[in-house]
Amino acid sequence: MKKNKVTVALVGNPNSGKTTIFNNLTGSRQHVGNYPGVTVEKKEGYRNFEGKDFVIVDLPGTYSLTAYSLEEVVTRNFIVNDKPDMVIDILDTSNLERNLYLSVQLLELERPTILALNMIDVADKSGLKIDDAKLAEGLGGIPIVRTNGVHNKGMEALLGSIPQSSDKQEKSKFRLNYGTDIEDAIQRLEPLLIPIYQKLQFPTRWLALKLLENDSNIIDSVKEFTNADHIMSVSNDLRTELIHELGEDVEILIAGQRYQFVGKVYQHAVDNKTVNTVTISDKIDKILTNRMFGLPIFFALMWLVFNLVFTLGKVPSDWIDTSFGIFSKYLESIISDGPLKSLLVDGIVGGVGSVLVFIPSILLLFLAIAVLEDTGYMARAAFIMDRVMSRFGLHGKSFIPLLLGFGCSATAMMGTRTLENPRDRIITMLVTPLMSCSAKLPVYTILIAAFFDEKIAGNVLFSIYFLGIVLSLVMARIFRSILFEGQSEPFVMELPPYRIPTTKSVMIHMWERSTLYLKKAGTIILAASILMWFLTTYPKDIEYSKDYDALLAQAGENYTQQVSEEVLSKLEIEKIDQNVKLAVLIDTIQKEEEKFAEVTKELDEDSPEYVKLEEGKTEKNKELETANGELYSYAAKYVGLTQNVEAEKSKIKNEMSGEELEKSYAGQFGKVIEPAIAPLGFDWRIGIALVSGASAKEVVVSTMGTIYSIGDGNENAHSMTKALQNDEHMNPLVAYALMVFVLIYSPCLAALTVMKRETGSWKWPALSMVYSTTLAWIVTFIVYQGGKLLGLGG
Amino acid sequence: MSKFLSDLLPGETGVVKKVLGDSMIKRRIVDMGVIAGTVIEVQKFAPLGDPMEIKVKGFNLSLRKKEAEMIELKIN
Repeated sequence: MKKNKVTVALVGNPNSGKTTIFNNLTGSRQHVGNYPGVTVEKKEGYRNFEGKDFVIVDLPGTYSLTAYSLEEVVTRNFIVNDKPDMVIDILDTSNLERNLYLSVQLLELERPTILALNMIDVADKSGLKIDDAKLAEGLGGIPIVRTNGVHNKGMEALLGSIPQSSDKQEKSKFRLNYGTDIEDAIQRLEPLLIPIYQKLQFPTRWLALKLLENDSNIIDSVKEFTNADHIMSVSNDLRTELIHELGEDVEILIAGQRYQFVGKVYQHAVDNKTVNTVTISDKIDKILTNRMFGLPIFFALMWLVFNLVFTLGKVPSDWIDTSFGIFSKYLESIISDGPLKSLLVDGIVGGVGSVLVFIPSILLLFLAIAVLEDTGYMARAAFIMDRVMSRFGLHGKSFIPLLLGFGCSATAMMGTRTLENPRDRIITMLVTPLMSCSAKLPVYTILIAAFFDEKIAGNVLFSIYFLGIVLSLVMARIFRSILFEGQSEPFVMELPPYRIPTTKSVMIHMWERSTLYLKKAGTIILAASILMWFLTTYPKDIEYSKDYDALLAQAGENYTQQVSEEVLSKLEIEKIDQNVKLAVLIDTIQKEEEKFAEVTKELDEDSPEYVKLEEGKTEKNKELETANGELYSYAAKYVGLTQNVEAEKSKIKNEMSGEELEKSYAGQFGKVIEPAIAPLGFDWRIGIALVSGASAKEVVVSTMGTIYSIGDGNENAHSMTKALQNDEHMNPLVAYALMVFVLIYSPCLAALTVMKRETGSWKWPALSMVYSTTLAWIVTFIVYQGGKLLGLGG
Repeated sequence: MSKFLSDLLPGETGVVKKVLGDSMIKRRIVDMGVIAGTVIEVQKFAPLGDPMEIKVKGFNLSLRKKEAEMIELKIN
């Protein structure tokens, strides 16, 4: 043998158990990549068996080998061009006839092929008796192995039969007779194809059939040759003749002949004792897609999936977030100030954190998808929702990614993998970000709390979500008619029998997807986060409008002086420590204040809980006062002074970071775009927030916090609300316009990255960014200017 | 007068006479085994009335009514 590795290609119908067999054969030794130039996934696995190294390639599941789908073209090209030592055709034995339709097409490629009769147990139970010898005979003496993927049986037999049959390399005796008319046409075409077949690698008979079928892919390859015109004119004449004589498209005639042939082989080899019984699967389906219960069950399951992915996923995500926060603080404390520290803490650690927080959701998402697909419910979900989705140019299966979009667009886009058709996938990905993701929620909450009455808060929020849903459906319709005009997508979809998924395949699925995310999307998200950090932090050598350092020093001096005048000198001491009782008392009061600040963090100052807690605090202070007398007033004075100076210092620092952000590259950009966003009611500060929000939507809030000089918005929602209310530029109309803009404009970097990864090109994320920002501008313009005309906002 | 798959009700069966329509959809339908002479049984309609589910060659297939209109049946 010239190669020391044996290459094996697995082919089969979707739902034939092909992936289970692949997993059984290779275990975790798998590698996922892409076929060159296309987005079809290439799965390879490795196995050593009886001293031989096997490379096993899991080709996409297909029903046929036409040029209509990328998967089918990839499959046939791989078999012919890569010349695997063996093609294993995996058949769902309980559905043999349709599975054999693919087998005969594979055999026509004239490569060494084995049939694996999979799920033989299911067929047995339902009363199908298969005579392997007769089946093999009908197909030109092809080797047949029986397997049971779910119970991991027949795998050794499968591998064992490989070297043996590939050593022989004997040419298959298989030949399907297409009837006199078509056979004549083939015979007239074949001689013309002899000069070119070696280059194309496909057998001449197969090429002739494909030309007669009018296979676009093969016609394109034939056109590369010098005598193409002659070949094409002969084949076109023959085709027209056949259509004229037989009154049907040649490709339909050929497909019909294949099915007739398969039907005969099947009749000959199979003793079918199934009396059209209603299977258990049919019974389950009667309930799950029932007219009455179908929809409620569907929505209940979707609710469950959503909560599994996002509500449950949020718990470990928060842990990751918190640990990264702690880790940052730790780094901050051990590294000295400087650009390296900032890069490490805010850039890299922050970036890695933002990649990892997605992991729990992604694991759970792929767990849910694997279960839905492996059980067979995914096809039913599409069946149930297709009526609604097809109205807007979407596929029934688009529903799940769109729903997941309410949680996270990046995650949702990974869910579009369940859609087989790349056009459906792209449209779904383009409109998914319009489903308002959870990262946008903090932006809405802050704005609503600041500018809208509590009574209408719910309605305001709902209107935003509703707007997103409407826009996504409208845009889907528009994209379908603009981007893929006239290409109606068939909804001819198998509803596979319900099955119990195997833990192994679910686990492998989950693992594979998550590592893929880390490798591919993770690296880009990390790079983008570092870039965003750079843009919001640099340039460093800016000219401050005030001398902040001097202000800070001044505040410190004032404080020391006040403490010494109002506390220390009165008690005739030089340091607090000199009066142990005082020091203890100060400590007690400070601890009490800290506790109070902690528990009231999320409370409104007017709320009854707050008032109650404040009363509790006053009470405790009174107790302390009674117990300590005059000393208490000094201690309280000291605590008060300390609190004041800290507040003042943080105010100065916030003002400073606000100015730093304003003068950073991102800030400069925010100012540059001010004229463009002014008609929407936004000033440059909102501009900066929107620019930095492009990295992740929740950043809009924290950036606004920095720019309004109130520190990180997440830490103190109240001061944020107040600052917004006090800002003369802001009013309810601007706030609403801002919510609308945040809802629609460019997806975050993570989502765009995933989109690139899923579509294989930067073209789609670029389109997504441009169209959504344009749409956001238009809609916000209408909202803001319309609102102004109606006299809203003031 | 012709009869189409879309005219059948759940539980009813028919034999395919011809598949009409443009090449891609037609080829998809034919590839799934719906060819002249095949027996088809309508299983049910989706809760919202479309698509429909049929049984063909022992397996279940869903297709939109629009696509079922492309499948002409023999009149017995």
